[in-house]
Amino acid sequence: MDIVLQQLVNGLTLGSVYGLIAIGYTMVYGIIGMINFAHGDVYMVSSYLTAIAIALLTFFGMESFPIIIFGTLIFTIVVTGAYGWVIERVAYRPLRNSSRLSVLISAIGMSLILQNYVQISQGARQQGVPTLLTGAIRFDVGDGFVQITYMKLFILFAAFLGMGVLTYIIQKTKLGRMCRATQQDRKMASILGINTDRIISSVFVIGAAMAALAGVLITLDYGAFDFYVGFIIGIKAFTAAVLGGIGSLPGAMLGGVILGLSEALFAGLISSDYKDVFSFSLLVIILIFRPSGLLGKPEVEKV
Amino acid sequence: MTTLLEFKDVDVHYGPIQALKKVSLDVKEGEIATMIGSNGAGKSTLLMSIFGQPRISSGQIIYRGEDISQKSAHYVASNGLAQSPEGRRIFPGMSVEENLLMGTIPIGMEHCDEDMQRMFELFPRLKERRNQRASTMSGGEQQMLAIARALMSRPKLLLLDEPSLGLAPIIVKQIFKILEDVASTGMTIFLVEQNANHALKLADRGYVMVNGEIRLTGTGEELLVNPEVREAYLGGH
Repeated sequence: MDIVLQQLVNGLTLGSVYGLIAIGYTMVYGIIGMINFAHGDVYMVSSYLTAIAIALLTFFGMESFPIIIFGTLIFTIVVTGAYGWVIERVAYRPLRNSSRLSVLISAIGMSLILQNYVQISQGARQQGVPTLLTGAIRFDVGDGFVQITYMKLFILFAAFLGMGVLTYIIQKTKLGRMCRATQQDRKMASILGINTDRIISSVFVIGAAMAALAGVLITLDYGAFDFYVGFIIGIKAFTAAVLGGIGSLPGAMLGGVILGLSEALFAGLISSDYKDVFSFSLLVIILIFRPSGLLGKPEVEKV
Repeated sequence: MTTLLEFKDVDVHYGPIQALKKVSLDVKEGEIATMIGSNGAGKSTLLMSIFGQPRISSGQIIYRGEDISQKSAHYVASNGLAQSPEGRRIFPGMSVEENLLMGTIPIGMEHCDEDMQRMFELFPRLKERRNQRASTMSGGEQQMLAIARALMSRPKLLLLDEPSLGLAPIIVKQIFKILEDVASTGMTIFLVEQNANHALKLADRGYVMVNGEIRLTGTGEELLVNPEVREAYLGGH
């Protein structure tokens, strides 16, 4: 019983982070119909930026947790957002009217460029950040206990806050309406006076910012990272996006949480060696019965 | 009357196919001009080329003295041109109200509440359905929404692409009645239609397009009684 509860907490935390990264995949797919394979590496870049921010802030003598976390979040989100903007501008916009395959290849190229650039500039060895937040809450359950670290609580809070803010922006603000309009009918959106290129850029910035939030949270929790961390977490988040229905924003968040929970429960109860096998099998099964994902709409060919 | 929009010798190509051939026409301030023609004549291409989609291959499109043929679509829209396009193209996942809000992008939210009330008076059906998803509405309601959305930007020139397309005759009649009301407020309208009868009755002036070329031009009444037009578009009686 205690292990189930413990894994539920762990899974929810992990899943909320998957959800944050999945948002970037799903929004970009929704608006220009491409899978941004460099997105995992944008997340990886944000891990390094987290370490840089913490080092800078500590260097200037700031030591209290709220200041460091706040400063790190702002620095990382802004700089990673700028990466997202540049990537779209350099690698995808020049190919706006070419085939989907060219854009896909460009995305894979961008992913390799980011990995190699970070490897050369930061070194191939694993890097780390110090633990900033220690301590945990413990509950006794039966004859065992459940332990929730403050860091995990913070992750849950920050991730769901991030998703909440983003949902509000997309549903209620003018920018959000313009994003949805561009997603539903790009040509019509431009006829109504929307600068669709600018909206596409904003979507890349938003996606990168969400990945940066995830990057800060995971890096602070795990402490260690290298230039290759973006790959596996990118694949997982992509799985979450497809699971929830690619193109659907609530789908990405739901997909992330489901994937995190099922992975954690499988790892805790059955086998942690096979947890990836389990999560990808889950994807296959869901796609067999619901090809457009849990909340996705069936693709209708436009005439 | 001053000329608001003018096409000068406009050619449009889709690859090797020429869709518009040396098209010249003008729309004057305060009038209703119409372009009639059968399916595939190039009518929608003509309206979309105003927004650079597709770009014209030669000629000029002059709007209030400026050649807009190489400008971006959002630039054109921001300068007082609004279109209710072929196939309506409302945003299916948005509510009626949100669709109307999309029309305000060129002018901002300043007149939004007032204009939305005006649209609900013009199209009472939209008021009943203001919070409903646009995709769940009937074709006629969607057409009304597309026109209302275009009007929300307070355009200087309203471009309408086949508002009668696929609608029951009684709904077509309603929509043309509303267009008459809109025109009576002084709105300049350029209407592209297959339904020659309705369009020519409404319009001050008309053009007839055949295979990408302008074949005939005249006042609405002249074209209505023209034997060639009657033969081709009005069932020949």
